[in-house]
Amino acid sequence: MSFSLPASLASGRRLPNLWDIAAMICVFGALIAVAHVARGTMVPIDAPGATEISLDPWNLPEYAVRTTLRMFAALVASLLFTFTYGTAAAKSRRAGLVLVPILDILQSVPILGFLTFTVVFFMNLFPGQVLGLELASIFAIFTSQAWNMAFSLYQSLKTVPADLHEATVAFHLTGWQRFWRLEVPFAVPGLVWNTMMSMSGGWFFVVASEAVSVGDNTWKLPGIGSYVALALEQRDIAAVAWAIAAMLAVILAYDQLLFRPLVAWSARFKFETTAGATADDPWMLRLLRRTRVLQLTGDFVGRTATSFGGLRLSFSRKPRQAVETKPNRAVDIVCGVLLTAVLIWIAWVVVAFASAQLAWSDLLEAVGLGLITLLRVVVLMVVASLIWVPIGVWLGLRPVWARRAQPVAQFLAAFPANLLFPPFVLIIVHFHLSADIWLTPLMVLGTQWYILFNVIAGAAAFPGDLREAAANFRVGGFLWWRKVMLPGILTYYVTGAITASGGSWNAAIVAEVASWGDTKLVAHGLGAYIAGATDRGDMARVVLGVVVMSTFVLLFNRLLWRPLYAFAQRRLTLG
Amino acid sequence: MDIDPCLLEVRGCRQSYHKEASADLVVLEDVELKLREGEIVALLGRSGSGKSTLLRIVSGLLKPTAGDVLWRGTKLTGPADGVAMVFQSFALFPWLTVQGNVELGLEARGVSRMEREKRAEQAIDLIGLGGFESAYPKELSGGMRQRVGLARALVVHPELLLMDEPFSALDVLTAETLRTDLIDLWVDGKLPVKSVLMVTHNIEEAVLMCDRILVFSSNPGRVASELTVPFPHPRNRLDPAFRQMVDDIYALMTRRPVLAPKTATETPVSPLAISLQRVGINLMSGLMETMAGEPYHGRADLPALAGSLQYEVDELLPLGEALQMLRFAVVEEGDIMLTDSGRHFVDADTDERKRLFAEALRAHVPLVTMIRQVLDERWNHRASAVRFRDELEDHMSPEYADDTLRTVIGWGRYAEIFSYDEEAEQFSLEDIE
Repeated sequence: MSFSLPASLASGRRLPNLWDIAAMICVFGALIAVAHVARGTMVPIDAPGATEISLDPWNLPEYAVRTTLRMFAALVASLLFTFTYGTAAAKSRRAGLVLVPILDILQSVPILGFLTFTVVFFMNLFPGQVLGLELASIFAIFTSQAWNMAFSLYQSLKTVPADLHEATVAFHLTGWQRFWRLEVPFAVPGLVWNTMMSMSGGWFFVVASEAVSVGDNTWKLPGIGSYVALALEQRDIAAVAWAIAAMLAVILAYDQLLFRPLVAWSARFKFETTAGATADDPWMLRLLRRTRVLQLTGDFVGRTATSFGGLRLSFSRKPRQAVETKPNRAVDIVCGVLLTAVLIWIAWVVVAFASAQLAWSDLLEAVGLGLITLLRVVVLMVVASLIWVPIGVWLGLRPVWARRAQPVAQFLAAFPANLLFPPFVLIIVHFHLSADIWLTPLMVLGTQWYILFNVIAGAAAFPGDLREAAANFRVGGFLWWRKVMLPGILTYYVTGAITASGGSWNAAIVAEVASWGDTKLVAHGLGAYIAGATDRGDMARVVLGVVVMSTFVLLFNRLLWRPLYAFAQRRLTLG
Repeated sequence: MDIDPCLLEVRGCRQSYHKEASADLVVLEDVELKLREGEIVALLGRSGSGKSTLLRIVSGLLKPTAGDVLWRGTKLTGPADGVAMVFQSFALFPWLTVQGNVELGLEARGVSRMEREKRAEQAIDLIGLGGFESAYPKELSGGMRQRVGLARALVVHPELLLMDEPFSALDVLTAETLRTDLIDLWVDGKLPVKSVLMVTHNIEEAVLMCDRILVFSSNPGRVASELTVPFPHPRNRLDPAFRQMVDDIYALMTRRPVLAPKTATETPVSPLAISLQRVGINLMSGLMETMAGEPYHGRADLPALAGSLQYEVDELLPLGEALQMLRFAVVEEGDIMLTDSGRHFVDADTDERKRLFAEALRAHVPLVTMIRQVLDERWNHRASAVRFRDELEDHMSPEYADDTLRTVIGWGRYAEIFSYDEEAEQFSLEDIE
């Protein structure tokens, strides 16, 4: 096809290169895969093969594509949510007052606990169709990404440099133009980074949400997660290994084809006025830039997007002057009263619902189990920190090693740890180990890497002159850790630890219960409580468990991590 | 229709910020301004005199609390079409190339792509940026960046060009090149503008470039005097008449120190209504030592002193005023003189200097006395800084209150009148005496 394109004819001498051929294969492969999967989602749920899984490894490529496309669909939904919710929260003062705290709470709610109910909801929307199940799965992934991304956009919009904003007004840009020319570009680096981090969390959810049981029915959507679930039921360890291999390949492809190029591209939007050291373009970006067909397509898309953002859309005809506005008290009061009324009503509904089905002893039980899980999280954080902080510092201080280790750690963070559970379960069953103790490490399996790669980044950014000064004064041993290195990396460490501890809470729902064929391992804890209630379809206890867990996460963040982070920001950073 | 060559008129302009607790903070009071075609006008004043605020009012970015802005005889309600602005910080979009940045204003006006590219190229060539069209701002030096800022403003062919301290973020040599390039274009009639209004705190820059200078006084900002610069371009900085004019403006700007109580304001002046600019101890003692030594012997001409120290008036005047407030020096008519206690301070050793400084603080800075008094009265000898900041904010803007408090904290710590815990934002008497 590329041979007949007028543009390549026009510049006759340059023949299509190898890159072109590679690109064509990629493009057509992707198109065929999408078409195939789209057909699969529209069939009725009881059609042959619609929700049946086979453990034949040859099916894995297809399952991998379906899983990947679910991720994509969720990503698109998350972006839509980000651009509406995040923008509204940033642009309207009153909306922000409500929307920002909601986002904050949503971030700490373990949506995994609600999976059953979202499945029922979406199945009722599309009765008897696979689409309902697909949407439920996509929704679960969405909830693991959207909050984080919306927060990132909100924060960027709130910190747009004042002089650039003034320049857009002075040069008569409309609100629409300002949004696309200034605000969105300014938000891009943060948004891309957060999207990448959220994606890592998303793999965990997609694996967990593909095989869903509601009451007595169990559905398995074609995908890697369902494949693993079936392998567990049938005690097929080879199949588990195949699934892990497939997942590795998928994440590697995602990372190389999508996020490396995206992060490299987004560097141009970084708000810095000095030219920094620039890394080499990842190979995928080079491919995009060197392949003429793709380049032309890219240029076309870029131009269209530019003129779309350049449309002179505006709500008010003339740009307004900034007036020093006094907040309108009356409207504030009306909004406040309305909000209070809604809150009282919701509280009333919750109390009525809870008092009908729950007793105080239920709450006590949930809190007690929560404390057990809390103990697990704390112990895990301590152990993971003791292991990974020294390793991270060692790697970070050696630039060559840091460059190699950083992508590996990020990659490991993205790998859905629930795929790695089976080998652990096998060991526990084989040696008759205590589930209460030995299921615990599973909670931190996927999240410890956040600590590692943040510490690496922190140690790599540690000022060279301070290291030299410490060496010059012969500061060594424990003193070096206490006075030199640990304070220097604390902000980075806390950033990683917040993500890790939040992820561990979420993982508890999956990690405190494990099964191998008919053998079922259950640890005592809030995660097992929620998982058990979900299995029984006991909605009241699921809600109670999720609320208690959210509260624990929220308190953990507010009382420990945030003060620690604020302290590190204030005291332990220069300038 | 251009019967009246008056481009822009500001009438009875007042700008104030609403304060909850007390009277409004007045930034600009009763400002009148007329801009005619074919002139370059400077708004000259210290930082905080409201000159940048006035520029934003003129540009239509900000609506004045009272008064009108007339653009070609009609009232301004938003950014006027014939006005373009150059920013102190350049305000370039890091993700747009030079070409993209320059085209921005045209794009917003809906100019077609072809036309945009043609005009941008013209502006880029005019301002001496040819060859850099595809560069990103971070690849350029400060001077080149400000050229982009200029090209971006000129490409829309504004009738009035506004410049907000356009050269103050540049080093001395770069700024000078850019100034002369701009004046050359103006004299040759190559600038597609009818008038230029620029904000500056650099006296020499104003005399070098402008036809008219409006000198602002602070607190609240108002036009203290208006001067016409009679010299033809190109001007020579070393011309005695040029020097004399610079000297005169220095004298004008030091004649009415900010610290003296204003009789014009209706509100009674409280001891807390004195705002301090952040001036460090080392700078103060350094200046006093310089003045005491060769060749000044206790008396220095401010422009000469500024020249030899490579300081701008904006940096030197607060320093002189701080010394004057502590009675270590006297500033008048463009000169600064050491007092006896100033000479005493220069001759003293470290401990003696601290004692002298503490004495001066207690005698002449009421805020220090007040903080110490509160600390002495409290049983635990502790007091929160927030409380003093709040009181200061009743009399000045939050930024000024913050600067004032930080200055006092620095001075008080040096004089060992109180200590301060940054973490807890608390004054105390720990380690004192």
